[in-house]
Order: sequence, then C-alpha cells, then structure tokens
Amino acid sequence: MSARRQEVRLNRREFIVMGIGVAGSLVIGIPAAALAEGDRERMIGFFVQIDADGNVIIGSNQPEIGQGIRTALPMLVAEELDAEWSKVSVRQMPLGIVKTEDGYTWKYGGQGVGGSTGLTDNWDYMREVGAIARQQLVRAAAARIGVDPAQCTTRPGVVLCSAAGVEISYGSLIADAAQLDLPDEPPELKSVDDYRIVGSRRKTVDAFEIVTGRAKYGTDTIRPDMRYAAIARAPVLNAGVESFDDSRARQIEGVLDVFAIEGPKMGEPYFLLASGVAVVATSTWAAMEGKAALDIKWQESPSADDSSNKFWQENEAMLQTRGQVVLDDGNFDSAMADATKVVEHRYRIPFVAHAPMEPQNCYAYVQEDRCHVIVPTQMPSGASRAAARVTGLPRENIHVDMTRVGGGFGRRMPVDYVTEATLISQRTGWPIQLLWSREDDMRNDFYRPGGLHEMRAGLDDDGKVVAWTQRLASGSKHYRRPNKPDDELWTPELYPDDFPRRMVDNMRLEYFHNAIGLPRGSWRAPAHTANAFVVQSFLDEIAHETGQDPLQLRLEMLGEDRELGYSNHGGPTFNPGRLARLVDFVAERIDYTQELPKGRGIGFATHFTFGGYAAHAMEVTVSDAGELTIERIVAAIDCGLAVHPNAVAAQLEGGTIDGLSTALGLEITVKDGQVEQSNFDNYPLARIAAFPAKFETHILPFNDIPTGVGEIGLPSAAPALTNAIFAATGKRIRTLPIGDQLRRRA
Amino acid sequence: MIEFKVNSESVSFDGDSGTPLLWVIRDHLQMTGTKFGCGVGECGACTVHINGRARKACMLPVSSVAGRSVTTIEGLAPDDANLHPVQQAWLEHDVPQCGYCQAGQIMAAVDFLKSHPQPTDEDIDNNIDNLCRCGTYVRIRKAIHRAAQLMAAGEKT
Ligand code: FES
Ligand code: FES
Repeated sequence: MSARRQEVRLNRREFIVMGIGVAGSLVIGIPAAALAEGDRERMIGFFVQIDADGNVIIGSNQPEIGQGIRTALPMLVAEELDAEWSKVSVRQMPLGIVKTEDGYTWKYGGQGVGGSTGLTDNWDYMREVGAIARQQLVRAAAARIGVDPAQCTTRPGVVLCSAAGVEISYGSLIADAAQLDLPDEPPELKSVDDYRIVGSRRKTVDAFEIVTGRAKYGTDTIRPDMRYAAIARAPVLNAGVESFDDSRARQIEGVLDVFAIEGPKMGEPYFLLASGVAVVATSTWAAMEGKAALDIKWQESPSADDSSNKFWQENEAMLQTRGQVVLDDGNFDSAMADATKVVEHRYRIPFVAHAPMEPQNCYAYVQEDRCHVIVPTQMPSGASRAAARVTGLPRENIHVDMTRVGGGFGRRMPVDYVTEATLISQRTGWPIQLLWSREDDMRNDFYRPGGLHEMRAGLDDDGKVVAWTQRLASGSKHYRRPNKPDDELWTPELYPDDFPRRMVDNMRLEYFHNAIGLPRGSWRAPAHTANAFVVQSFLDEIAHETGQDPLQLRLEMLGEDRELGYSNHGGPTFNPGRLARLVDFVAERIDYTQELPKGRGIGFATHFTFGGYAAHAMEVTVSDAGELTIERIVAAIDCGLAVHPNAVAAQLEGGTIDGLSTALGLEITVKDGQVEQSNFDNYPLARIAAFPAKFETHILPFNDIPTGVGEIGLPSAAPALTNAIFAATGKRIRTLPIGDQLRRRA
Repeated sequence: MIEFKVNSESVSFDGDSGTPLLWVIRDHLQMTGTKFGCGVGECGACTVHINGRARKACMLPVSSVAGRSVTTIEGLAPDDANLHPVQQAWLEHDVPQCGYCQAGQIMAAVDFLKSHPQPTDEDIDNNIDNLCRCGTYVRIRKAIHRAAQLMAAGEKT
C-alpha cells in the first residue's frame, strides 16, 4: 500500500545532474537514471531550480491530498539550500515512469500516498539535493571573490564572505555555479540544532489559492471539446445490466450518447466497482438528468441476499468455532486455565465509507496512440496502469497529470474512476470528464471492513494480564485481490506486533473471514482504527473489573523505553515507552484525577500507528436524557522530528475529528444486497458543533527522524471518547457507531 | 434567457431553466471556485451569496436568480491585495487541509458574521453547519473569531 522507495545513492556524482534550464535558471536534481536504475535516460526527477531573480522552484513529486506534503518536502530542500522561504514555490510534477529492462519504474521517485510514508521516504534525498545546490553556489561565489570556499557561508538567499566583505545573491551566481563540476561527495547535512525552516511553523503553500477559489481540483478540469459523463451504477452489489431503455434520456437536451459499461464478475478483482450505464453529454447537468431518465433492468445478483444482519449473525456463529490462529505466543490455553480472573467482551466495528468531500472524478482523452489522464488520486501509477489496461497502449504513451485532491482517506488509492473514464473516452473518442454524484460515491466505495472482535484476558492474583486473545470475524480488505490465498486474508486486519505483543507472555490471535459482497479497501489508518478501539476499550474494562486504575494499568503494561521488533507497516521497531509517555502526558494535562460531578467523565487511549505514536484524553458530559457533549479534547502526537509542525497539528486535529465523527454516527449497512446510505443526510458526518473550542494539540518531540503523520492521530480518538462516556455514565459502548445508544427513553 | 449578475458582471443563460445555479456557474461560466459536494443541500461546498445572503447553489434552479446578484468566492475580494477579512483570517490560521470545502466555508462565514459581528462559540455551533471531511473545524472556529476582530478593527479605522 505504500510507495516503494528506490535506492538512491547520492554519494556518487552520476546520481545528481545539474544544468541550465530555460531562461537561464540553474537546475539541480536527481536524474531518472538514479531513480530508475539501469536506465540511462537523463530526465530530471526531483529538482530544485534557482532563477536569476532568486526565486526557487521545487518540484514535488507527491500527490497532495490535504496532508501538507507540498509544503513539507520543499521545507527539507529549502533548509539545506538556505533559501528564503518567501521565494520558494512548488510545482506539482506529473506521474513519471520510465521503461527499463525489468519493466516500468519511477522517474521521479515513488509517487503515491498511503501509509503515511511521503515524508519518511523522501527525507534523505530531498535534503541532499538542497545541500548540493547550496554548495555549488558557495563554490561559485568563492571562485568569483578569489577566496577558499571554506571562507564563505550563506544566509537565506545570499552567499557571504565576511573576510572579503562581500555578499552575492544566489540569483547572480547561477550561471557560474552551473559551470562547476559537481563534487564527488555530497556536503555534510545540517544538524537538527541548526534547522531554521524544518521544525518551524510554516503556512500551507497553496492556502492563498484555496481561499480565493483558484486552487484546481479534479472536478475543475476544463479541456477543449470536453464532454461530461455520468454513470448509473447497479444498485445491488455485483448486479449486471440486463437491458436499458434510453429513449427518455436521449430526449434531454445535451445528451449525446448512452451505453452500458460492464463491471467485474463476482469474485474478480475490482478494476471498476460496478456495472452501469454511462451517459455522455455537453454539460454536467445534462449528464445527470440523462442518468436520472434511464430505465434500466438489472440482472439477478449473487449478492441479492446480502445484508448487514446476516453478516453480523454469521460473525457471531463463526466465533463459536475455531478460526485460523495467526499468532500463538507462549502457552495461551494453560495460562488462561491458571488465571484467577478472566475478562471477556465483544466489540462491533461497522463498515464505513470514505466520503471524501470531492466526489470521484477523472478526465480522460484516449486517442489512437496516446492517452491523457487528469485525475485527483493517491495512486498516479495505478491510474497509468488502469488506462493502459483499458486502452492497450504502452504506459509511456499515457500521460497522467495530478490535480490537487479534495480528500483521500484511502479512497483514492484504487483507481476505478480512471478505468471508467478511459472506457468512456475510448468508446466515444471524446475527451471525457467523468463526475460521480455523492450517491454514487456513498454506494460504490471500497469500504472500511466491519468486524466482530472477541477479546479475552486472563489475570493473575496481582491483577497482571498473563493471557490475551483477540478473535476477529470480519470481511478482509484483501477480498477479491489477485493472488491472495485465503490463509492470508487476515494480514490487513490484525497486526500481530501491535500492543500488547511481548508485553503479555501468552497471546493468541485468531481470524475468521466473512465474505460479504461489499467491496473493501484501505480507510485512513486501516485496521488500526478497529484494533485501537477494541484494545483500548478492553483495557479500560479490565481495569474497571479488576479494580485497577486505567492509567496505571496502561503504564505498567507499556513499560519503559525499548525498541521491540515490529514487522508490520511502520516498523522495523515499536517503542511502547513512547506510548506510555504520551498517555501519561494527556492524562495529566486534562487533570484526570479531578473529582467530577455525575454525568461528567474523563477517558483516554493511546496507539501506535505506522511508525508514529499518539494519545487522546477527553472530557465529556452526558445529560440525564443521554445527550452527549464533548467538553474538552487533549491530543498528543510523537512523530519523531516534526518537519512541518503546522501540518502535524492540522493532521492531529483532523485525525481526531475524523475518528470522533466516525465513532459518533457513521455506518454503512446493506439490505437486500444494496447499500442503504446515499448521502450526508443518512451518513451524517459530524459538524462543527460536535467539537469543543477547548481542543488542544501537543507535539512531543522524540528523536531526529520524522515519521508520517496523516493517520497517527486517528485511532486513539474514538476509544478515548467511549472510555470517557463510561466514566461519566457507567455505560460501555461496545458497538460503533455510538448513534443513539446513550439516549434514555422517557 | 435568464439574466443575472455574477460578481457584478451581467451574465445570461439560455439553457434549461431548471439547471441548478451551481452547474451554470461551474460549467457555463467556467468559474470553478464554487464546489460540488453533495447536490442535496447538506454539505455547503456550493455556498454562494444571492443578494448578499449565503445560499446553496446546488439547490437553486438558475431561474430563481433571474435579475439577482450572485457573489462567488472569486468575487469576494476586490483584488489580491485586499482579501476579505474572513479570507485573511483563514490564511492567518492556515485553515485549509485538502481545501475542497473551504470556498463554501468562507462564503458561509462571511454571511454569518453580518448577523453575528461578535459571535460566541454557541453562535458558531448554532449557525455554521458546512461539512468539512478533513476536520478543519478547530481552525474554522478560531478563524471566524479572528475575522470578527479584523472586521471590528476595520470599522473603527
Ligand atoms: S453541493 Fe450544495 S450543499 Fe452540498
Ligand atoms: S479541508 Fe478538506 S473537506 Fe474541508
């Protein structure tokens, strides 16, 4: 799921290229050859361009989905280059792939967001490119002044030599710098203590464009001769088109063409999600109206009997049997038999939709020998593959441009909309802008898998947890993926090295796969959202039922700083001491030991996600009628070195709100093979009123290495809330969403 | 033919008079700052001003704005050097994440501040209901308070 990093060795000259760009600018970058090893093509991958007027343009290869990467990556370059931040701008690079003997590989380095890897993957080499650019400028200045480069230094945008009393701006050095050979060894990088830009509060580079309405998203694509398309998709999962009558649709002014699109067969991978009928028109509204006027007869579907009720009943039944044991540390059975106290509970995690604010859309123009795709996606390489699959064109003839993305959350890792748009363009020969309605998006998603978790813990006389099991019956997100054997379906749903592995001697994880017909996929912080809720709720229950303090219990289990092996995404190590520090911090900060009146309570939770650490504490009130108010939120993150603290805080705020909004009211349900939700009226994202003004975020620094931040701040939010609800009311929420479970009937 | 004003300029539309204003603005006038999020009046991404009041453009047939004056995000500020105080506050607090909802948020906040020049948190809770999937609500709240300050200061000078 994450973009793979290419090994880039910057310590050899051939791995950096430098040249004069158009209009005489100095361009330094990593050539494609370095990123696509074995290929000799000298395309610039990442680049830094310095213009004569001192402006610095940095090419950013990563899709921007709101995570702030278009600001964070340039901060790394600008830091080492010693650039004036106000003169730095960022250019979004298109998808770059090159063909090598071994197939296709990246031209600009791995491109794709998911798994919070954008920053970690690019950390070293973006800084080195900046450092080399600076060194060239310093050497050029020294040569001009006639001094040793060691006598020169820089301040933002300027090389200075105090011995000679001379200052020369970067812009006036670019022609000289381009003449100098590149050094064999890259210069030494700055130490953290000298950072001026990295770790400082910077504004989002595109904010001005956004607040003035100029930022361009996928839906904003307008191209010459473009036609608009909408698709009426099968309402029942896995149903095909039997026949359709388009006579009324074709009478609508502006409707140009109507035809069926075939979806995947039952059990096959989802290149697109559903069969449907496409309407092509001269405007968005005509396409929508045409779609509404279609009369379609759908085939009988093998999923016609699917329902959420059936899914939950099947999960219950599965848990009565023995599942696939995927982890078995120590001797669980005998430890459980010897336990003096056993705590056992079940928790239910619903299916949920991604519902990014910008509905799915894609521009595609398929011509005889080429294809142009403009798309808001987290996976531009997937877009290229999808277009190649539809058109049969070689991938080097497929050009993929990325727009700003109106939210990803994992939904834009699949590229089904690219398949659809290219199919429609190929069929009609027109440049096509395909737009989904909100209803399309809600009913055709790769949903976050729902599951039923059974937790059981055995404790000894001292109240220490000596045996632990989690048994999960769920719809695996790897369902209908090519080459996935059944006995590996558990891997995206249970991460064995998560807490409390190695903190409890006898531990067993068991999995049962329930193949409901809903498509599933990655939803921000995938299985961590489920597992953090279950584990952090269960810990509170253990504490309560054994008369222990929930904070002390966590601190004792987590223990001191130490690196434990972690083989799942976000490894190779996991330091539980960092979680202990965070949960202790938020509990203290919210004054957890204070006396509170009836109906008011405090809860907290902590979780390790993809290399980063977070904790939440919340204070809530629940009225006699059962009305919930979140009074105060304290959120803390430890993401190692925070490169772009403003974005770290934003992601922590947003992640917290995402976690809470989802826990409060969101669920996708199925009845008679149909998704029951359709729009924000019945899939009620929380609004501003749900969140208190008392909302603090804290960044606790740890070491010098940054981790991603996009997903870290989400998983511990929901259990902190439900733990607070328990503290306030004695009511334990074991089924999400919370919905009206707190309401008391008069 | 339906005639109205968008950002003080006269425009006309001679297509289907039931077309929602949103699509006339986006497809016909090719002004893409106003966004489509739900099409049913739930999210507010399409918020514009009709004669100065915030309205959801996805719910208004273009015929209903005949003779009226529409303001979109593109027309909120006279020029780049003179952003509306709400836009300035949005920049100060660095509100946007993905940014998709923000044009609508800003248009809603501008109208809200006309009737609530010194808003309390409760006023915000009761009146601002645009959705933001990225969860920028913490900063939206701060930015609304800040915009109120900027506007009050602007009036004094
Ligand atoms: S698009 Fe108009 S309210 Fe959502
Ligand atoms: S900033 Fe992304 S939806 Fe609001």
